[in-house]
Amino acid sequence: MTSREKILEAVQSSQPDLRELPNLDLFYKTYATVEQDRAKFIQTVQMIGAKAYEVNGYEEIIKRIKSDFEITGKRVVSAVRELDQIAQQYTATDNHELANVELMILPTHFAVAENGACWVDDELFEERLLLFIPQHLVFIVKKDQIVPNLHQAYRLIADKKYGYGAFVAGPSKTADIEQSLVLGAHGPRSLTVFML
Amino acid sequence: MKVMDHAEKSKVFNGDEKRVDWHDETLWFIRKKRDVATHNIPEWEDLREAGSQIKNHSLSNLNHYLQQFETNAKANGIVIHWAKDGEEHNKIVLGLLQKHQITEMVKSKSMLTEECHLNDYLENNGVAVVDSDLGERIVQLAKEAPSHIVLPCIHKKKEEIGELFHEFLGTPEGSADPQLLTEAARQSLRNTFLTRRAALTGVNFAIAETGEFVVCTNEGNADMGAHLADIHIASMGIEKVIPLRKHLSIFLRLLTRSATGQPITTYSSHFATPAKGKELHIILVDNGRTKQLARPDFRNSLKCIRCAACFNTCPVYRRSGGHSYQSVIAGPIGSILMPNLDMKKHADLPFASSLCGSCSNVCPVKIDIHDQLYKWRQVIVKEGYANPAKTVAMKLMAKTLASPTLYKMAGKAARTTLKYAPFVVNNKFNAWYLHRDMPEVPKSSFGEWYNKNRKNND
Ligand code: SF4
Repeated sequence: MTSREKILEAVQSSQPDLRELPNLDLFYKTYATVEQDRAKFIQTVQMIGAKAYEVNGYEEIIKRIKSDFEITGKRVVSAVRELDQIAQQYTATDNHELANVELMILPTHFAVAENGACWVDDELFEERLLLFIPQHLVFIVKKDQIVPNLHQAYRLIADKKYGYGAFVAGPSKTADIEQSLVLGAHGPRSLTVFML
Repeated sequence: MKVMDHAEKSKVFNGDEKRVDWHDETLWFIRKKRDVATHNIPEWEDLREAGSQIKNHSLSNLNHYLQQFETNAKANGIVIHWAKDGEEHNKIVLGLLQKHQITEMVKSKSMLTEECHLNDYLENNGVAVVDSDLGERIVQLAKEAPSHIVLPCIHKKKEEIGELFHEFLGTPEGSADPQLLTEAARQSLRNTFLTRRAALTGVNFAIAETGEFVVCTNEGNADMGAHLADIHIASMGIEKVIPLRKHLSIFLRLLTRSATGQPITTYSSHFATPAKGKELHIILVDNGRTKQLARPDFRNSLKCIRCAACFNTCPVYRRSGGHSYQSVIAGPIGSILMPNLDMKKHADLPFASSLCGSCSNVCPVKIDIHDQLYKWRQVIVKEGYANPAKTVAMKLMAKTLASPTLYKMAGKAARTTLKYAPFVVNNKFNAWYLHRDMPEVPKSSFGEWYNKNRKNND
């Protein structure tokens, strides 16, 4: 007998009688308005060590990036066509080549008010490492794409096909040394979210 | 048997009172953050109930969900391996590395690989392993085991970490600034990520419906390792499978609020297929889980999502430290899981509890932790792993507690227990007990019992 067969057989003979799945309807009711969700999102994003700006166009984003980041002479990569003026697209095939990226600007599908996370999957860009390797990360999310909580978030992706997807909430962080919060553990040191 | 049991180890830990106070306060601080986060969610209790029921359901239909997960993961291009125990798991990992002539691997946090003693096995077979979670890296450099499942080096002072980093990473002597130390680790580990061809990660949740799995980290270390490597190996216990993707909303809302008080981890990464040109492997590990599943009294310990809330709230854990448990998983849940793996070796652990019930109150998936600890004590005495003096009193107490009204409330039970068989509650009057407010017990019989018991144990 293979280990697979042994394990599956042991599970079959040990598992208890079938228990029902719970009804989850109550979690999908929301009372907040779109404006409240947006305000909550901004508040949460700040709480988790990131920045959020409401903007009206890409020009404004470019201006803000130029004033917030020291990018002259540094490598800026983006997966947003409208930002070609300040960033290059990533086209290489060996992702180790991304090691020197200072700033990465990425689109996102939607954001979650209760936890400040943005959902990104490979429909937007294929290279998974883009989210993790830059020193600083910028997200762009559409203002009308903010859901109140994770239940609503998973409703949007319940049947979606993706190879990889992630909720990203704030910059990479650790508190492993005496519970002192340090931003920039292995991934980006900062996260800025533009709400367009 | 352990050379020293939990109580004796606790005494050693309690030798430095200031340090114990610091450890206690740090963990209580995290517990309080958890409270703030959960009180912000009006439907928190409904979430716990839903989490508990989804896990109950998953375990009751595990055979089906494991096969469904396997089928879907394979269709996604993931290679599935099955390991009945730690040894087989380790062999599979080594085999994969050897096939690709890889001698260096980077690993993110996985309590399962600790359980399998993977690092030692690989080192003995010529593979160097670097743990990439900062806390795990610190204990790895110190040649210690993690003392907490979420905060592996919670027992260490920053000055001690500074000394370690001075020795291994060349930070200035005497510097103990967390910012500076973290930066040094970042630089050093970045180089590791960029040069490793194999990465191993744990798994927080696996989804039967889609064949994907989710890994949660704050540091981003699991992803840095996985995306830069040619091969990603994910090790998971068979109990991690849940039915539907949408169920993740329940568990991700519960997990980090319970663990650290954050609304969610920085990264919740969903791996469904290997990246282009790369390999993705999953090892499904039993290692005693089917045995636990077969124990009606203890099976629901397999619902655990490893948030460590029960550690942070536990008066015994906070005042005895993770290493006193001498087990891969410490704390209240470790004290239930470990005797399943080796009852004789870990016979002391179910006694390392005040049965106050705080663990059960905070558990996000409603495991009846303190009830199970109490039940383990009975099993351990019955199976003859407790000393004879304990057994006599145990029988007496069993009578008292046979009355359901008495046993109903944990507090009441604990008080009764204290009166009739104090060792069941505090074992050998270890040091943490001295710091706890426990109900008064008649002095003479207490002393008598103590003297007798102490003699038997010395
Ligand atoms: S037993 Fe419950 S509280 Fe303890 S780690 Fe597991 S899920 Fe968290």
